[in-house]
Amino acid sequence: MSTTHYPAATAIERPERHTLAVIVDNEPGVLARVIGLFSGRGYNIESLTVSETEHEKHLSRITIVTTGTPMVIEQIKNQLERLVPVHRVTDLTAAGAPIERELAMVKVRGRGESRVEALRLADAFRARVIDATIESFIFEITGRPEKIDGFVELMLPLGLVEVSRTGVVAISRGPEGM
Amino acid sequence: MTREMTGAEMIVQALADQGVEHVFGYPGGAVLPIYDAIFHQDKVKHVLVRHEQGAVHAAEGYARSTGKVGVVLVTSGPGATNAVTGLTDALMDSIPIVCLTGQVPTHLIGNDAFQEADTVGITRPCTKHNYLVKSVTDLPRILHEAFYVAANGRPGPVVIDIPKDVQFARGLYTGPTNAGHKTYKPRVKGDTDKIKAAVALMASAKRPVFYTGGGVINSGPAASRLLTELVRATGFPITSTLMGLGAYPASDPQWLGMLGMHGTYEANLAMYECDVMINIGARFDDRITGRLDAFSPGSKKIHVDIDPSSINKNVKVDIGIVGDCAHVLADMLDAWRALDPKPDKEALGAWWRQIDAWRARKCLAYRKSDDIIKPQYAIERLYALTRDRDTYITTEVGQHQMWAAQFYKFEQPRRWMTSGGLGTMGYGLPAAVGVQIAHPDALVIDIAGEASVLMNMQEMSTAAQYRLPIKVFILNNQYMGMVRQWQELLHGGRYSESYSAALPDFVKLAEAYHAVGIRCDKPGDLDDAIREMISVDRAVIFDCVVDKEENCFPMIPSGKAHNEMLMGDNPEDIEKAIDEKGKILV
Repeated sequence: MSTTHYPAATAIERPERHTLAVIVDNEPGVLARVIGLFSGRGYNIESLTVSETEHEKHLSRITIVTTGTPMVIEQIKNQLERLVPVHRVTDLTAAGAPIERELAMVKVRGRGESRVEALRLADAFRARVIDATIESFIFEITGRPEKIDGFVELMLPLGLVEVSRTGVVAISRGPEGM
Repeated sequence: MTREMTGAEMIVQALADQGVEHVFGYPGGAVLPIYDAIFHQDKVKHVLVRHEQGAVHAAEGYARSTGKVGVVLVTSGPGATNAVTGLTDALMDSIPIVCLTGQVPTHLIGNDAFQEADTVGITRPCTKHNYLVKSVTDLPRILHEAFYVAANGRPGPVVIDIPKDVQFARGLYTGPTNAGHKTYKPRVKGDTDKIKAAVALMASAKRPVFYTGGGVINSGPAASRLLTELVRATGFPITSTLMGLGAYPASDPQWLGMLGMHGTYEANLAMYECDVMINIGARFDDRITGRLDAFSPGSKKIHVDIDPSSINKNVKVDIGIVGDCAHVLADMLDAWRALDPKPDKEALGAWWRQIDAWRARKCLAYRKSDDIIKPQYAIERLYALTRDRDTYITTEVGQHQMWAAQFYKFEQPRRWMTSGGLGTMGYGLPAAVGVQIAHPDALVIDIAGEASVLMNMQEMSTAAQYRLPIKVFILNNQYMGMVRQWQELLHGGRYSESYSAALPDFVKLAEAYHAVGIRCDKPGDLDDAIREMISVDRAVIFDCVVDKEENCFPMIPSGKAHNEMLMGDNPEDIEKAIDEKGKILV
């Protein structure tokens, strides 16, 4: 007999990465409800972005990237829909590969050859210079998270100082809205 | 109707407009304007409890025995934090509660003011929804919305945190509308195709079982009636969770008794061996399923629940129907009759013969005694002597609760109030207060343990103040019985801190609370003592001195499946319950 009075964990399915779009009333505490739900129920948040999208209707759009088994992803969607200020939840990944973008600002410090190399790589990644001093650049780069990961990794030996990222925003392909 | 008034007056007016007759509360600095508004009217009656946790449990008892929303009024800071256990209890058991909390004035919020607590922050995870009212113009809408959210969909507790300046501020009050809610629109009607598929699956079943829960009770009396009709029309066996007792009459031959950790042998084995499981308003809680990967391995599962997040949460089901139990049951019954199924009579007959064989195992049997009161015997006698009366039962949490569930037979819904999901010791006494307020002439009994009941014993004072003739029936074994049982079975009989060495004299305690104390320790005296308890028209504390070391069986040990039950009459079972590791430690 086990010495806990709870059943043991059962075998789990393979986790998947899903991007959810959540339309909520833009009211105080709504983000706390969403985050509290994830922490309280042990779900993962890989990325979370939020901003008001319809000012007159006081609606905000939250984009959450999460990982979990298909059963957990379904739970997350159902649990989010249960929150009173939530209008609707769409699993963008389940509806087909969505367009995902993230913006990052990357500060790199260096002189001489490494500085020239950083600029060359930025050009290859279509990153723009948005601030410059004689010993530093700040690059603005937009793209899928993996592209930004790749760029940041390349900047590391060239004098990477800091990175600020927005997190993923996503939208479904095609003519239909959510 | 629109009228100018203060925030405090709006609160009392909104309660009256929502049909609230009783509020359970405790005053304090941050709610004084509301108490002043209560003083000036007589539509809404206030019941003064002795602790805010008691207020919420009383409101829960009131709500569960009436189907109405229970209302609580407490002050800021400690008033609100004391209410948290009750709110969590109501969330776990889906009880509709509106809890009004006072808050420090808006300009002091965040300043660590006297009796300030972040009430919306603290109660966010233990409520269905909560509000901080920042302006009196929002107050009427929020008040009415709170009642809507608490009562609709899967019911639950809603907190409205109201700063003191908002209570003083004047604004326009508007009455309730039937507009519903802009985003919260729970689905009540089940999907027709899925209901048809479910009924077709039921019609083809050879070993079916209904597994029902608190959702049937919450759905209202019509759901219980429809469930009974459907179960009888199909001829299938039915079991229920702790929360669902009373939805189906326990005297009916199709009733298998409660299932789960301390459920009956026949109910648990029917769940394990069935080929079609019909879950109506239950949530596959871990006390029910036991080991998940061995839970009812050979069955197709139908699950009806108003909360979509309950479906496929713990157990993958084949047909998940989102909807209100009464609506779905009505459609299922229609579909069943329209289908006019020809069930496999032979298979069903064999299934019932199998069930009867399990029943013959008499899993609830216990060793009777002439010298000492067995706790099971006490409940059996209590049931026999109260069954023909207008009786409501509440419980605390532990062995006595499980014995009450096993031995007290409920024929109707809303007669059984117990803390299921949270397992809150101290629930039963305040819940009995709430039930008695709602049903002044009924016989309200809190079946209690001596440890649990002390957790909210102060509510005897509330019972005294309102002359509530509640009966506190304590199965006194001097131990925290369920803790002791687990220590016996799992921890080598090392009874660490589970013995209450200095219990009060419950008879004298009763007298101190202006109640009647009765003690009984002889099986031969028990009937007369229970009759005396019933005949007294005052509150009673009944100290029923029972066998100290009785265990509650059957029992599904943790991590085991439904077919691995421990039975009370088999010492070998109990010997085996302790694994090798446990024995080494002895």
